[in-house]
Amino acid sequence: MRLNGTQARKGVICLLGAALLVSSGAGFYRSRHWKEAVVLSPGVTEVRKLGDYFEGIRNTVNDCNLYFLRGRDPGATVLVLGGTHPEEPAGRLAAWLFAENAEIDQGTLIVVPSANRSATTVTRIGGAYPPFFSIPTSWGEQRFRMGDRWSNPLDQWPDPEVYIHYPSMQSLAYVDIRNLNRTWPGRPGGTLTEKTCHAFMELIRREKVDVFIDLHEAELQYPVISTIVAHENGQELATLVSMTLSDMEGFRIGTEFSPKNLHGLSHREVGDFSDAASLLFEAPEPFLDATRGRTTAEQLLTGKDEFVMKAGRHGLLFEKIDENGWPIEVRVGRHTSSVLQTLETWTEMNPGRPIVCRNVPRYAEVIRNGIGHYLRNPSLADPKRLFFE
Amino acid sequence: MTGLISAIYYGMVAFVVVIMIHNLIRAKSWERELLYVIVLVPFLLRLLQLK
Repeated sequence: MRLNGTQARKGVICLLGAALLVSSGAGFYRSRHWKEAVVLSPGVTEVRKLGDYFEGIRNTVNDCNLYFLRGRDPGATVLVLGGTHPEEPAGRLAAWLFAENAEIDQGTLIVVPSANRSATTVTRIGGAYPPFFSIPTSWGEQRFRMGDRWSNPLDQWPDPEVYIHYPSMQSLAYVDIRNLNRTWPGRPGGTLTEKTCHAFMELIRREKVDVFIDLHEAELQYPVISTIVAHENGQELATLVSMTLSDMEGFRIGTEFSPKNLHGLSHREVGDFSDAASLLFEAPEPFLDATRGRTTAEQLLTGKDEFVMKAGRHGLLFEKIDENGWPIEVRVGRHTSSVLQTLETWTEMNPGRPIVCRNVPRYAEVIRNGIGHYLRNPSLADPKRLFFE
Repeated sequence: MTGLISAIYYGMVAFVVVIMIHNLIRAKSWERELLYVIVLVPFLLRLLQLK
């Protein structure tokens, strides 16, 4: 069969379109399906799935891994969530350091690096985010998905005109129906994000979690930054942790009380709907600032940005920034120290129900050695101790 | 409910894809052919659940 000129032209144009489709599609596919390795710490005694606590989430994209570290002796149970907002990577990376290094002598620690797995598989639409970022290690680079603040629209769609939070019936921004930190306490018959929160609430109730910690980062133009937001049942704990950290570790962290009338947030609803003391930690992340310059992985990891600095000179920021920026090591170190100090302070306040954790680097150690120093090489790991997020 | 809306939405996307391919086949000028191919890409990416 011989092609005429028109058919040949159409064929060439279709081939160009196919090349465009394959190249863009491959990038999006990689971003959605990239496997992030977790090499279990010797302290991890069990890996469960979120679906074990609520059937409605089983085998969905948000049926995330739960790493259980049970001590030899009984004690308190603490749940640490990273990845509520995956575009705030210090929270996920701090959870990684616990999952790969922590050992528990007393009590139980439950670590979740990807609380909203769906949100790790997409980047901000129209935001030109890098799809990945990498942490250098002595054995090469470990690559992580960039992620977004909201669940992937491929997993939960459409959004309503107005999001009515359950059960408060408060009106929230429509897009926040995909925000894991606006859908607590969730509901079994709700959207994927609401079901995810409901599953975590079931986990908190069934495992009798004493302290719940949600790891976040914030833009410098947002007033809730460099702080611990605490439900009233965790205020004393948070205040003591804040004072100790500010005094002993060389970084400033404040305390704020969870507003009673602002619904859907973990620090409010987990405390209201369970017996757990609910805390949320915020570290500074210039990448999130609207006045940032280039939106690159380098900016994400160094936290250096001349435009955010200029906003600071105009008095528009709630946290300081200089030419040193806010490197990822500083932000992750703040989180590891804040979690460790919370465990120590809790144990001092509740000697009959202690939790004792070791082998996790604190603020100064993370800055001195880098995050990669504490990430384990997946290629050398026992396959039985290797999991993927 | 959202599952039903999503199913209808994907049906509409598939319908638009078929219409555009039909128009691409019938197009006479290379500019229109190129236009149809470029417009098709995001529809196909959505239909394949890649973006």
